[in-house]
Order: sequence, then structure tokens, then C-alpha cells
Amino acid sequence: MSSILSALSSRATAPALVAMGFLLSFAIPEYGLLDLYVQLVLIYVCINIILSLSLNLVNGYMGEFSVGHAGFMAAGAYMSATLTAKIFPPDQVALLFPVAIIAGGIAAAILGLVVAIPSFKTRGDYLAIVTLAFNMIIKAVFDNIDYVGGARGFIGIDRLTTLPMTFFWTVMSIWVMRNFIYSKYGRGMLAIREEEIAGEMMTVDTRRVKVLAFVISSFFAGIAGALLAHMLQFINPRMFDIIKSTDILIMVYLGGTGSIIGSILGATIYTVLLEVLRPLEMWRMVLMPLLLVVLMIYRPQGIMGMRELKLFIPGYDRVFMRRKPDEKEKPDAA
Amino acid sequence: MTYLIQQILNALQLGSIYALIALGYTMVYGILRMINFAHGDFFMVGAFLCLISVTVLGLPFIPTLIIAMIGVAALGVATERIAYKPLRQAPRVSAIITALGVGIFLENFTLALSPYPKHVPPLIETVNWTLGGVTVSNLQVIIIVLSLALMAVLHYIVQHTRTGIAMRAISFDMGTAPLMGVPVNSIISVTFALGSCLGGAAGMLYAMAYPIIDPYMGIMIGWKAFISAVVGGIGNIRGAVLGGFILGGTEILVAAFLPSTYRDVVAFTILLVLLIFRPYGILGKPTAGKV
Repeated sequence: MSSILSALSSRATAPALVAMGFLLSFAIPEYGLLDLYVQLVLIYVCINIILSLSLNLVNGYMGEFSVGHAGFMAAGAYMSATLTAKIFPPDQVALLFPVAIIAGGIAAAILGLVVAIPSFKTRGDYLAIVTLAFNMIIKAVFDNIDYVGGARGFIGIDRLTTLPMTFFWTVMSIWVMRNFIYSKYGRGMLAIREEEIAGEMMTVDTRRVKVLAFVISSFFAGIAGALLAHMLQFINPRMFDIIKSTDILIMVYLGGTGSIIGSILGATIYTVLLEVLRPLEMWRMVLMPLLLVVLMIYRPQGIMGMRELKLFIPGYDRVFMRRKPDEKEKPDAA
Repeated sequence: MTYLIQQILNALQLGSIYALIALGYTMVYGILRMINFAHGDFFMVGAFLCLISVTVLGLPFIPTLIIAMIGVAALGVATERIAYKPLRQAPRVSAIITALGVGIFLENFTLALSPYPKHVPPLIETVNWTLGGVTVSNLQVIIIVLSLALMAVLHYIVQHTRTGIAMRAISFDMGTAPLMGVPVNSIISVTFALGSCLGGAAGMLYAMAYPIIDPYMGIMIGWKAFISAVVGGIGNIRGAVLGGFILGGTEILVAAFLPSTYRDVVAFTILLVLLIFRPYGILGKPTAGKV
């Protein structure tokens, strides 16, 4: 076991894993290695990983309690679907799809900026209300826009989401989150979580950190929304209501907050378990929350709570080197 | 003018239901500093108990109300004992997530048993009185009067009984209260019982006023009641009532003058603006941050 762990922390592992994943993600649809249903589940797992990572950034690392994450998804989904189904020339849609995804992410990020502003003054339960109300407003707004189908839903979206593309965005989100969390701003985010006022006294620019965290988080939620829309080929406002937000919350807290590997595990276990339990039909939806409650009672911090795989700590091996007894730590090393 | 009075009556009816549910949120928060997100689903269970009592048992109004209230109170106490009590020392979010889990469990359990929306048969003959152009139904009067009466009873319990003093003591300082001989666990159970029984009553009244019920009805109403509690200042009992009436009033007035699809947008936007100017709710006190 320890040899596997040390192998995982070696510098070459991450690129090797990513390359292997890419090869697989191209090979699976190309040669039909897995049947279509499993491929769909895989895409779904990837989308859920992006979602729970992005929520974990705000809830787990910054210590806020955002409960309206599906609102950002809705923005990304509708923005990208409008672009591909209505605005882009139909013969070049497949080529322009990445642009649509990024546009969806940017639309969501702008909304994240709007939500970040009340977070300057309000915290805790009151910020939860702000995000909740934001989620409901977004849903109600899309209910009232006839151009995108209103409450009936948006039909005629092309099936453009592919496994390699989803995998690419999953890797992107992990990479960006990892680097952000261990950057200067990431440390500021942790300071806000532990004690905002003390952090501010230690010269953490809390406003800037909050804006950055919300923008990055909502950007990736928008990306996930865009991918989901082009996987399901149909979206309606009800898909992005508070129930969806609760789903994401459950994935994050199941895996454990403040941990990248936790979010990956939480999203994977939740998604796969729901599919495995499908034969139980309606009762699986009764069983899942019960499992969650039992897990919370016996392991309140979630599966990985606050622990991290070495793979997701940048420069872990270098930190190890620096702590050699003969080498002095530089004062400006932080 | 009559139109306005009519709308104010409607607002009072909706607002009193919101206020009853918001009281459940605020009482639990006041004592445990925990948001009981399953409370909206307690409300839904109340509505379904009302349905069972009317259709299966064929009971009249008062016994149905008692069944709904006691049944939901028992559910609340059981939930607290089984799911929340082991988490009292755990991080706050774990308890919140557990509450979300309990809520989803209740929704889906009810859904598995009754997959389609149900119609609740009327419990009492509806009588309409017309006073100077304003139509008042006996149902509206019952809902408003009964809610106000329940709130008065709650106010009496919290302010003038030994149990109420104990509740306030725990809310003030949970560490010291047991040293003064306050039985913390049983007082918390009583709090859950009181809050849930108000939620059950609200479920029953809601099922009478808007007789189509489904297992997911508690989500939206529950969140709205939670918003009411926060707007009034969470943990503050008078604030919850005030917030309930403010939210009910805003929703009805928006629906009266704008297309009803904009109701939620405008209502929530007003709440957001209000929270920006008073981040701790109307009657809440700002807590000073300590480092």
C-alpha cells in the first residue's frame, strides 16, 4: 500500500495519469470498449466531479455555505445551448462547441461576481439565503424567457458532449482548483474560513479573494451546465432548481469538504451508487438519503474530510526536499 | 380599495402559514444554532396526515388538526433523537447536511407511497361572507385566527413557563444551562415537538386552503418559510412571525399587480435588497466577531 502511495506522489504520476485517461477517453467511444450506457454514466460522473469541485471551493475551502449552485449551472447551460442551437451557423456547431462551453462558463462567472458582492458583508446563514434566493431568481427568470422555451424547456440542442471533452474539462477543473487552492489567494481563502477578521488583519484582501473564489467556482459550474445540456439535449428551468443544488451539496459533504480527492470520490460514489441501485426503482431515492444520514452520524467529516491525496498538493515532493535538516528555510519561502 | 383589502386578507392567510412554519425553523435555530432543513418536509407530512385522517379515518376538523399536530411533533422528536443528537458536537454543516438528508428521505418515502398529487376533500362547509364588497370565507378566518392563537400559545410557553425559561436559558448559554439544573436533552425535545407541531398545523391549514398536495410541496414552502425566519432575524420568535407576514404580503401584492410568474422573482429580489441593508434580519442583533 505504501509503495502505491509513494508511486502516486512521484512527479511523473500526474502527467502519466492524465495521458492515460485521455487515451482511454478517446479509445472507449472509438472502439466501443464499454457499452453506451456505461459511457453515459462516465460522462455524468465527470460532470458531477466538476460540479462538486466547484462547490467545494466555496463551501469547503472558503467556509461559506452556498446552497444555490444549480443557478450557475443553469446560466452555463442556457448560454451555451442558445449559442449552439440558435446563434452559431448549424454546419459549424461541432467546431464552435468549445467556444460555447467557455461562453457558458463566462456567463456563469459574471453571475458569480454578482453573488460575491453580498458576500462582502453577510456570512453564514444569511449568505446561504442570498445564494438560495439567487438560485430561485435564476430559475424564475428562465421560466419567463420565451426565447429559450420558458417553463416548457429548451429543445433542439445537439448532442455535442463527448467523453474526451468532458474528461478534458474535468482535468482542467482539478488543475485550476489545485493551483488556486495552494496559491496566495487560496491561502487567503483558508484564512477566511478559519477566521475572517484575523485573516483581514494579516493583510488578506478578503474582498478580492471572495470575488476570485466565487468567479472560479461559478465558471466551472457553468462549464458543467454546458456539458450537461449538450449531453441530455434538453434542458428546462426545473432541472436547475434547489433540488439539483442539494444534490451537489450532498456529493461535496459525502466526499468531505476541503479536499479535492474527497470531491472526486463523493461525486463518483454518489453517481455510480444511484445507477447501481436503479433496479430498486423509486426506493433507491429513499435509500440514498438514509445512507447519507448514517454516514453523517458515524463520519460527520465525510469520507475524506480535510485530508488530501499527495497527488493534488502541488510541489509536495519539493516541500519534502526543503525540510532536509541541512538546508535552511528561507524566510520568504512562503 | 376593496380590491386592496381583499388582497391584504389573502396576504394574511398566506403569511400566517409561512409564519407558523418559520417559527419551527427559528425555535430550533435559537436553541441548537442549527438549520433544520427537514422542517419543510415536516410541514408536508402534516398535510399528508391531514389527508389520511380525512379520507381513511373520516374524522372531522378538530381531531384531524390534533392528529396532524401530534403526528408531526412525534416525527420531529424522533428525528432529533435519531439523526441530530449524535451530531451535536460535530461540525455545524454535518448537522445541516443530515437535515437535508432527512428531508429528502421524507419526500421520497412519501413519493414512493403516493406517486401522484392528491386532492384533499374539504373538511368544513365553505361559507362566504360579503362585507362591503370584500369576500371573506370562513376558511380564511379559521386559518388566520387559528394561526394567531397558536402563536399566542407559543409566546406564552416561551415567555411565561418554566419550560420556556429553560429554553431561553439554553439558547443564551448551552454550556451553563445544565449546570443550573436545566435538563438540556428533554428541553431540546420539547422545542422540536413545539416547532414541528406548529409545522404540522401549518401543513393541515395549507391542505385546506390549497387542496392539491404532493410530496415535494414542502421544499418551496419550507425554503420560503426559512427565508421569512431569516428576514425577521433567525432565532427571534417575533421576527419569524413578522418575516412570515412580510413574505406573504410581498408575494400576494406582487401577484396582484404583475403576472403571477414574476411573483417569486420580485419577492426574492426584495428580500435580497433587504438583506443587503439589514444583513442580520429586521429584528436580529448583529453579532460582534471575536478573534
